[in-house]
Amino acid sequence: MISLEFILQSVDRWLRDRLGHEVAVAVEYVLVGLFVILFFAVLGLVLVFMERKVSAWMQVRLGPNRVGPGGTLQTLADTIKLVSKEGLTPAGADRFLFNLAPVLMIVVSMLLLAPIAFARNVQLWDINIGVLYVSAISSVSVLAVLIAGWSSNNKYSLLGAMRSGAQIVSYELSAGLSVLTIVVLSGSLQVSQIIEAQQTGWWLFRGHVPVLVAMIIYLIAVTAETNRAPFDLAEAESELTAGFHTEYSGMRFALFFLAEYANVFVASAIGAILFLGGWMPLHLGNWDAFNRIMDWIPSSIWFFAKTFFFIFVIMWFRWTFPRLRIDQLLELEWKYLLPLGIVNLLVATTIAVAGWYF
Amino acid sequence: MFKEVLAEDQDCLTLNVGPQHPSTHGVLHLVITLKGETILRVDPHLGYIHRSIEKMCESLSYRQFIYVTSRMDYLSAHINNHGCALCVEKALQIEVPQRAQVIRVLMDELTRIASHVLWWGAMAMDVGAITPFFHAFREREMINEIMEETCGARLTMNYMVPGGVMYDLHPNFQRRVKQFISFFKSKLNEYDELLTDNIIFKQRTQHIGVLRREDAISFGATGPVGRGSGWACDVRKRAPYECYHQLQFEQVVEQAGDCYARYLVRMGEMRQSLSIIEQLIDNIPSGDYQAKTKAVLKLPKGEYYSRVETARGEFGVYIVSDGGTTPYRIKFRSPGFSNLSALDHMSRGHKIGDLVAIMGSLDLVIPDIDR
Repeated sequence: MISLEFILQSVDRWLRDRLGHEVAVAVEYVLVGLFVILFFAVLGLVLVFMERKVSAWMQVRLGPNRVGPGGTLQTLADTIKLVSKEGLTPAGADRFLFNLAPVLMIVVSMLLLAPIAFARNVQLWDINIGVLYVSAISSVSVLAVLIAGWSSNNKYSLLGAMRSGAQIVSYELSAGLSVLTIVVLSGSLQVSQIIEAQQTGWWLFRGHVPVLVAMIIYLIAVTAETNRAPFDLAEAESELTAGFHTEYSGMRFALFFLAEYANVFVASAIGAILFLGGWMPLHLGNWDAFNRIMDWIPSSIWFFAKTFFFIFVIMWFRWTFPRLRIDQLLELEWKYLLPLGIVNLLVATTIAVAGWYF
Repeated sequence: MFKEVLAEDQDCLTLNVGPQHPSTHGVLHLVITLKGETILRVDPHLGYIHRSIEKMCESLSYRQFIYVTSRMDYLSAHINNHGCALCVEKALQIEVPQRAQVIRVLMDELTRIASHVLWWGAMAMDVGAITPFFHAFREREMINEIMEETCGARLTMNYMVPGGVMYDLHPNFQRRVKQFISFFKSKLNEYDELLTDNIIFKQRTQHIGVLRREDAISFGATGPVGRGSGWACDVRKRAPYECYHQLQFEQVVEQAGDCYARYLVRMGEMRQSLSIIEQLIDNIPSGDYQAKTKAVLKLPKGEYYSRVETARGEFGVYIVSDGGTTPYRIKFRSPGFSNLSALDHMSRGHKIGDLVAIMGSLDLVIPDIDR
């Protein structure tokens, strides 16, 4: 059977046979780097197209349907436009920081891809503190937003950046707590082990109400962390025109744009790994025939299906809800989500210690 | 363009919102003074699309000047025309035939629904929900098509003439309006599900931009803004024109005075307009659609004033005639201008996000303010 794992192992063996161990490893590093960049480009194209089609579907219109078959090349055309545009730096801007911010943003998103398991045994870096690594790195993106807002020499940008700072720092807590719920149940921070722990069933099904609550909190928190509606206060189109990236144009704007979608992907992927078992197929008790059919579906398809389910939910939020105000946003976090998350974590710990989960 | 007003307090931030800004719905320029995110003062700067419509009217005949007013409040162009036609008829004491009166009221109410539907979408967009805007346009399109069939235009209908309307109704009119009514009734409930009961929307609009009744009266804030503050100021009830006194409808009044109250007033008005259309659509009297008038109208020397209720509030037309074929002086009392004047009062102490919600709830049309 052709799976992602099989392909990668074949490539590895082929390289080792011809180049020897050291050179093969060096070549593989380069290949992985190229893969991340390529994956980002494709991800951006696919997600932007998906967002436009989803929004069109919810808004009783057709969406892009002119360029390429079914409008699929529209995002590619947009990318070419953005790349060929002049990147302006506003007068009075801090040039170095202004140029640094989008790069920092995209590097953070790329680093986040490392611990994600795309399929069975396909993972860039199976670090033993995987989910902690994701939490830690993802909070660096607030720096990029703050730098962008500060260096633009624009009041709208500054306001957006300040909002974003307060928002990301707050919601980091809730996201962390809901991740901890799963860590407690799985007994490990390592992504591969969290997935292994769900061999007999996804945590969503085995973990009773606490996991469901954790998943909902997680979804809300990552929507806020990735600055997407209804928590898109950093951009807040109708208030701050485009918030922290008002002054950015051309490729630098495209990097922010790409990073947003990449962050959505990473957040959804982590969500899928924690709550829906990553690449683990759906198994139902003793239904052997059913389980075997589920096993037959490649693990990468399982992973991407679950991830895109979460991505769809996050897009669904965006096209349904009005935006919150900054004080309401912080109120929601500190007064409701955080206490609920802490209680939820305690309940989950009790369940884990007593072994009450299925 | 404008010199930044140096605030007395050095911690304050002066921010130019507009004239090119996504939520000012046109070329409105607000200079806001901020402390953090809190608004200390809002100064609207007007005049970016001032076209001196009042002055232009002085060189147009009494048949022609009516149509310039379509370009003021373009979302209730028909009702503006209606106000002007009423003023000329009042001066010349023209008796408008029953059929023309009913047609005018039908068109007015359709225009009101079209305007409120668009406002509903724009209001949702201001508080950050984008989807309602597209849903609103679907319904608005149906009204536009009805207008196109009968009046020949979709936005600036120019259907009114002194003494009646320009042509008779299109044969399809009744059927299509009935279709629209049955379609729109179900959609209104959908609107409620999508936005009215949405908890985020309620949080964003309740207790925001409160305008008390006395303030509404002293600012001259009419229409849904005034009625949202508990001031029953509907011209259709207070000084009925055409056949409004024969119709069964309620004046929607809310007491709270906040953005949500203004929202509810407009939602209620759409339902009332639907009921007015339902009452009239099967009872259009036969007869002339236009009274017989002279080719060249000359208003007797004097001053004339008439007012109508547009989608945004009270629209007044004041004509001074020296007995010639063109007005000596014309003044329009546009509802948007007075409503905007209350903006500073309402938004002080609120956040930037609230300012946008308040502007949305005022339903500003900038050409109506600048004229």
